[in-house]
Amino acid sequence: MSETVTLTVDGRPVTVPAGSTLREAAQAAGVHVPVLCWHPQVRTGSNCRVCVVEVAGNRTLVPSCSRQAEPGMEVRTDSERVRRARRVVLELLLSEADASQAPELLAYAAHYGADPGRFGEITARKRREPIRDNPFFVRDYARCILCRRCTEVCGVGVQHTFAIEIAGRGNRAAIATGGTGLLPDSPCVFCGNCVGACPTGALVPVAEFEARRDGIWPREPALRWSPATGFVAEEV
Amino acid sequence: MRPVVTTCSYCGVGCTLEVRTLRGRIVKVTSPPDAPANRGNLCVKGRFGHDYVTSPDRLTRPLVRRGDRRTGRLEPASWEEALDLVARRLASVRERYGPGAVAGFSSAKCTNEENYLFQKFLRAVIGTHNVDHCARLCHASSVVAMNLALGATAMTNSIGEIRDHADVILVTGSNTSENHPIVALEMKAAVARGARLILIDPREIELARFATVWLRQRPGTDVAVLSGLAHVIIRDGLWNREFVERFTEGFEELAAAVAHYTPQVVEALSGVPARDVEEAARLYATSPAAAIFWGMGISQHTTGTDNALALVNLALLCGQLGRPGTGLNPLRGQNNVQGAGDMGALPHVLPGYVPVTDAEGRRRFEALWGVRLPEAPGLTATEVTEAACDGRVRALYVMGENPALTDANLNHVRHCLEQLEFLVVQDIFLTETAAMADVVLPAWSWAEKDGTFTSTERRVQRVRRFLDPPGEARADWDILSDLARRLGSDWRYDSAEAIFEEIRRAVPAYAGITYARIEERGLQWPCPAEDHPGTPYLFAGGLPRGRGRFHPVGYLDPAELPDDEFPLILITGRVLYHWHGGVISRRSAGLNEIYPEALVELHPDDAARLGVHDGQMVRVRSRRGEVTAAARVTERSRPGSVFLTFHFAEAAANLLTNDALDPRARIPEFKVAAVAVEAVARSR
Repeated sequence: MSETVTLTVDGRPVTVPAGSTLREAAQAAGVHVPVLCWHPQVRTGSNCRVCVVEVAGNRTLVPSCSRQAEPGMEVRTDSERVRRARRVVLELLLSEADASQAPELLAYAAHYGADPGRFGEITARKRREPIRDNPFFVRDYARCILCRRCTEVCGVGVQHTFAIEIAGRGNRAAIATGGTGLLPDSPCVFCGNCVGACPTGALVPVAEFEARRDGIWPREPALRWSPATGFVAEEV
Repeated sequence: MRPVVTTCSYCGVGCTLEVRTLRGRIVKVTSPPDAPANRGNLCVKGRFGHDYVTSPDRLTRPLVRRGDRRTGRLEPASWEEALDLVARRLASVRERYGPGAVAGFSSAKCTNEENYLFQKFLRAVIGTHNVDHCARLCHASSVVAMNLALGATAMTNSIGEIRDHADVILVTGSNTSENHPIVALEMKAAVARGARLILIDPREIELARFATVWLRQRPGTDVAVLSGLAHVIIRDGLWNREFVERFTEGFEELAAAVAHYTPQVVEALSGVPARDVEEAARLYATSPAAAIFWGMGISQHTTGTDNALALVNLALLCGQLGRPGTGLNPLRGQNNVQGAGDMGALPHVLPGYVPVTDAEGRRRFEALWGVRLPEAPGLTATEVTEAACDGRVRALYVMGENPALTDANLNHVRHCLEQLEFLVVQDIFLTETAAMADVVLPAWSWAEKDGTFTSTERRVQRVRRFLDPPGEARADWDILSDLARRLGSDWRYDSAEAIFEEIRRAVPAYAGITYARIEERGLQWPCPAEDHPGTPYLFAGGLPRGRGRFHPVGYLDPAELPDDEFPLILITGRVLYHWHGGVISRRSAGLNEIYPEALVELHPDDAARLGVHDGQMVRVRSRRGEVTAAARVTERSRPGSVFLTFHFAEAAANLLTNDALDPRARIPEFKVAAVAVEAVARSR
């Protein structure tokens, strides 16, 4: 079996190690693909669909974070169809969660011209109260986009603790613990690796939560994003 | 908000931290995904446990005891008065009783620069090798054993190799998930990839869930179990003949020593089923890459050196050294315990492990420091305590250690410390030891200083200031320099980096490391030249002492066995949420809230027999003292043994522990003490 795979990304030939994903192949070709549920420690993915790309001969768009590169694949990362799909995905995410502390999500939305109001709002989600059940971090699920980075990091991705999981379906789906629903009563070891992985500020250290609430958290640079540059911080 | 990049102050893993502060307080700690030891992962202590640095308990002014040593009170004083007093009293003791009547405990929590200066202060300014630090209480036996057999004194391989290369992982005497949580993550990742885990531990720790085979031995029977593995490996011809012939000596002696330890004999001695001994031996010996990891369950015994030698024997026998994913890997406890040893904060070696008895090596340091050095080794920390009792040591200088809580048999230790003529303690909090001192000097915490720590995988990493120090506190290196000048030595260091430059000249393994080179990421020693990339694993090109030496060892009973009066075995240890004597972790609001009190772990069978229920207060007694704490009834403990942490001063496990010492490493037997447990009426 060949050790490498050669394919084209946006017309450019690129050679990557066998087993690479299309996201990695795009990276090798100098193209940034947007990701939200993907995280270096988390091997699953295919969840948020913001990373979809078009592969010649495939009926549907494919998630580039998990689809493996194959010899001779022709991948388009920035076709009109891809851009439209990403815009819709972002609009759906914005409809269900408070993205004000999700700089990456906001940067993608700006790039793809996502209209946050187009699908209305899932207000039940955005009105959820922050949960403060432990001395270390706050779970502010009004900001949660159910990307599953936290559950994966808590499980096989990093910690193997399995303290949290998604419970419920549809609009009632939420990250939850078993039993009383309180983290101190769960197997949680408070490593906070979920906090480190959360892309939207739904999991936030107590001190940061309080500083933001009190309006003393310093203004942070907004991010701009494009497939050519990746993230660039704007001057404050 | 731009974070400051530094190295965690808790355990020896050496996690890279990005710390954000707001209005003088830590508000967020994260880690970059390319952090070399921890890949961006952290544990609860590293991520949420550093608020101790801004605790209102921080010492902010020097304190001097006014009046009598026993009844006088510690009162605020100026630096001038306090340092004058320390210099005068140390000089007076040296003058009246000789330099050997002064001793110092350096600190595995301080930087390399501070440890280097502290031992230099004792050696070059006072004139004694009486300098030691808490490695005496944790891995002294591992260091002795590895030095004897291999000529190495550190973890041979890197943490990252566990996940990337190890095929079999043997963990013994290490509750890795709680004491080195990031290393445990790498082990779990390795198991998820298909590596197999051999666990040898009396307690049902988290790693038991991930083990292919778990040998649950009676506490203190480690040599028997490990000799059983060697027996099976030799009996079945599974040993690595080529490696043994090329790189070792003494195989025949080892073979003779383990001949007696058949799996059946081992089962009788240790309680480990014979078939599990066979399986573990086969797994380890036949693996392409097998790595051994151990902690205090191996080292803190009167047979600690033998225990570690038995592990070295296994690695030599099977040639599991010198390749990625193999090796002998003592997991070091403190953030800079590796560095404190490297810097020579040990009574028998100068910086870089040069024996003080080596005339050539001594001359090199005499030239570097411009002094004459004594020829005989100094006293170990455990010997200093005894010497304080009988008057051989009259003055003790403690920098960032707390023997009045962390040494074995505390009632005796405290009595000995009370016999001193003069005790000076330099720390960030008023510890149990500081409360006994004549002078207390307030120092900077890790958050306030620059310098380097050396992690358990020999990685020298930067520590950076991100907060202003409280009150009048001063840096340890600055205090030491000031004292040296008051005692007539012309010490002029203007920064931590200036001290590091001297370390590079003193320690060949550090010669190639500069602050500029470790600005972004640390380097692993040996790094002998500025173009050397550092050394991820040792012995790629052979062993430093030429050949690895097998050391035949045989099973010996622990110093104290259970009897009718004290029928249970006490094991002491740690939990995830706290740190050693609790001095820092109990001043972290979150850590103290989530785990606020000492718990005595009892097996349900023992609890039922004693009439103790979960949460009930129990009294634990040994021949040396007693403590009262709440019971936790759990199957984690082996029947017949109880477990207590040493984090809580109000239920100090070390009132109970046995101060019997390993004859070579002088480490106490923290892991086996005979105790009795009884319910007390008061319920929580």
